Amino acid sequence: MFVSDTMLKINDLCAKVEDKEILRQLNLEVKPGEIHAIMGPNGAGKSTLGNVLSGRPGYEATAGHIEFKGQNLLEMDPEIRAREGLFLAFQYPVEIPGVSNMELLKASVDARRAHAGLEEYSAIDFMKMAREACKAVNLDQSFLKRGVNEGFSGGEKKRNEIMQMMLLEPSLCILDETDSGLDIDALQVVANGVNAMRSADRSFIVVTHYQRLLDYIVPDYVHVLANGRIVKSGDKSLALELEAKGYSWLENEAV
Amino acid sequence: MSEFQSHALMLAQQSKGLAWLNDAKQACANLWQAEKWPTRKTEAWRYTSLQSLESTLWSVPSEAQLDGLPDELMALDATRLVFVNGNFSSQFSSELPESLTLFSQASPAEQQAILTKFNQVAKVEKHLFSQLNTAALGEGVFLNLSANQRLEKPVYVVYIHTDTGASDYVGSRLLVSLETSAEAVVIEHFITLSDASPMFNAVTELDIGENAKLKHYRISMESEQSLHLGSVHAALHANSQLTGFTLATGSRLKRIDYHVRHVGSGADLDLQGIYLPKHNQRVDYHTNVEHCVPHCTTNEVFRGVISDTAKAVFNGRIHIHQDAQKTLAEMSNRNLLTSNRAEINTKPELEIYADDVKCAHGATISQLNDESLFYLVSRGISEAEARVMLSFGFVNELVENIAVEDIKVWLRPRMAKAFGQNDDVVRHLIHD
Repeated sequence: MFVSDTMLKINDLCAKVEDKEILRQLNLEVKPGEIHAIMGPNGAGKSTLGNVLSGRPGYEATAGHIEFKGQNLLEMDPEIRAREGLFLAFQYPVEIPGVSNMELLKASVDARRAHAGLEEYSAIDFMKMAREACKAVNLDQSFLKRGVNEGFSGGEKKRNEIMQMMLLEPSLCILDETDSGLDIDALQVVANGVNAMRSADRSFIVVTHYQRLLDYIVPDYVHVLANGRIVKSGDKSLALELEAKGYSWLENEAV
Repeated sequence: MSEFQSHALMLAQQSKGLAWLNDAKQACANLWQAEKWPTRKTEAWRYTSLQSLESTLWSVPSEAQLDGLPDELMALDATRLVFVNGNFSSQFSSELPESLTLFSQASPAEQQAILTKFNQVAKVEKHLFSQLNTAALGEGVFLNLSANQRLEKPVYVVYIHTDTGASDYVGSRLLVSLETSAEAVVIEHFITLSDASPMFNAVTELDIGENAKLKHYRISMESEQSLHLGSVHAALHANSQLTGFTLATGSRLKRIDYHVRHVGSGADLDLQGIYLPKHNQRVDYHTNVEHCVPHCTTNEVFRGVISDTAKAVFNGRIHIHQDAQKTLAEMSNRNLLTSNRAEINTKPELEIYADDVKCAHGATISQLNDESLFYLVSRGISEAEARVMLSFGFVNELVENIAVEDIKVWLRPRMAKAFGQNDDVVRHLIHD
């Protein structure tokens, strides 16, 4: 059982993408049970943070340290990070025709459980769980049999991400602009999914442009990321302030 | 005549013959003899070497028995015809309905019916190995449906090779004739039971009458050492429909030709193919679709996954004759190379002589998509399994289109295993 009192601790993280430095000495600490919202202008490095955390190829940490549940995250391969309980809900989920949603889900959950030394769910039990998860995000069960994200609408893709998250039961969930392109109904479905998963030993990092999502997923902390570092942190009222004032007054502080 | 040609001719003379087919056999022997042997400079053989064929002394296989029905067979509720090393095995075959006749058991009337159809759809003068197939013909199957006749069960023809210790030449012949509005499902399946290296020479003729419908499946997953020269010749009469599916894993030499002619207005061809060569294997598909008359449609989709140092060839030609106005034809060939030493030579060709047609063709060659790979890996799936899943998915889309559920169920796990022998990387793709 996970006992550390820190879920994620990022110290002085620098990262580059294709020789371009994006994150500059970023610091962030997330404790179990907390929800952190990360906001900021375009190009600030919000998505880069999620990508570095999940280990996406091409996103290179050049300095600093990331501790995930007491372990050195940067030393882990991406699939190990996932099996350890890190989950990234993609901003643009990928379509994989010919491989069904159900196949992906079973393979993922099997891998995560095997890593934790737990027995695999039987096909029948897992099917039941998957159907429940479908219901929770308001997707028809037929989506389980369809190719991964194949021909899904934008909203369906995002809900599918949340369904994967529910079944994988991660410790740290990173939502990368999951609200982009969602209508109010879909936004509520996504938020309900996240809220249902809130627990004392699970944390969330919610990357978003808009305050709107935070009406439904109420964060413990709001951070503003600008020019590759966190320039301001506060509670949920900061999001409202940003909505009113924009980012420019903070960007000047970052330089 | 090359050395191989004359040797093959001797082999043809040794094969047990059916006297009533002698004229046809002799005619093809003559063609074969006169044929200029192809080299790598011959366009149709540019990317596929016949060396492994030429360097072997082939012989007519001795009679062989099976201890039991091999596990490799599909579990199908079908009329089954089993051939072992080219010979019909009544022991393992179903009782044949009237519509199915073995050449060796044809009555004089049936012989006459066969002779009027035989080598009519297949243009043997244009197809080298159909000449040899005919010249060496020992046995064949004739499926003959009269007007409006519909077969209740699919016809499942299984060609099995079992090792005799020699280099066996295994010829086979299937002749299908559907008269007006007849309907059938036919599956041809090639199996080797050992690592031996037989040579299959398999010719299929499909004569699809007016308004008739045929679904034809051709599965070729023999051993790596085997050779396969095959061809499917089809004629589509007015308003008829051919749904074709072909799948081939690689081997030392595998060359399969499809020759389809739209000869009646309103005919419809849907042809889907998958090739999966790995190691140092070869697969070569040549397809040629002739639109001779107006208002016909062709939808042709071939996809290949080529691994290791394997090589594949896809040469697809659609020829729209001057009279073939209002033709709708589409051809797509997509290839996935999973190693940087894998090779594909693809050549989709459209030749259009009519001015009021709608045609499209395209070919793509790609590697595994990094985004897709990372998506799976970010869910905890190992990279090895993710690669297999993506390769499988690339061709599985076509398998999903198969109308006969039992074939799909049978094919799926076998196709998955073509991408990975290790259970860990395929098991999530293998389920009911």
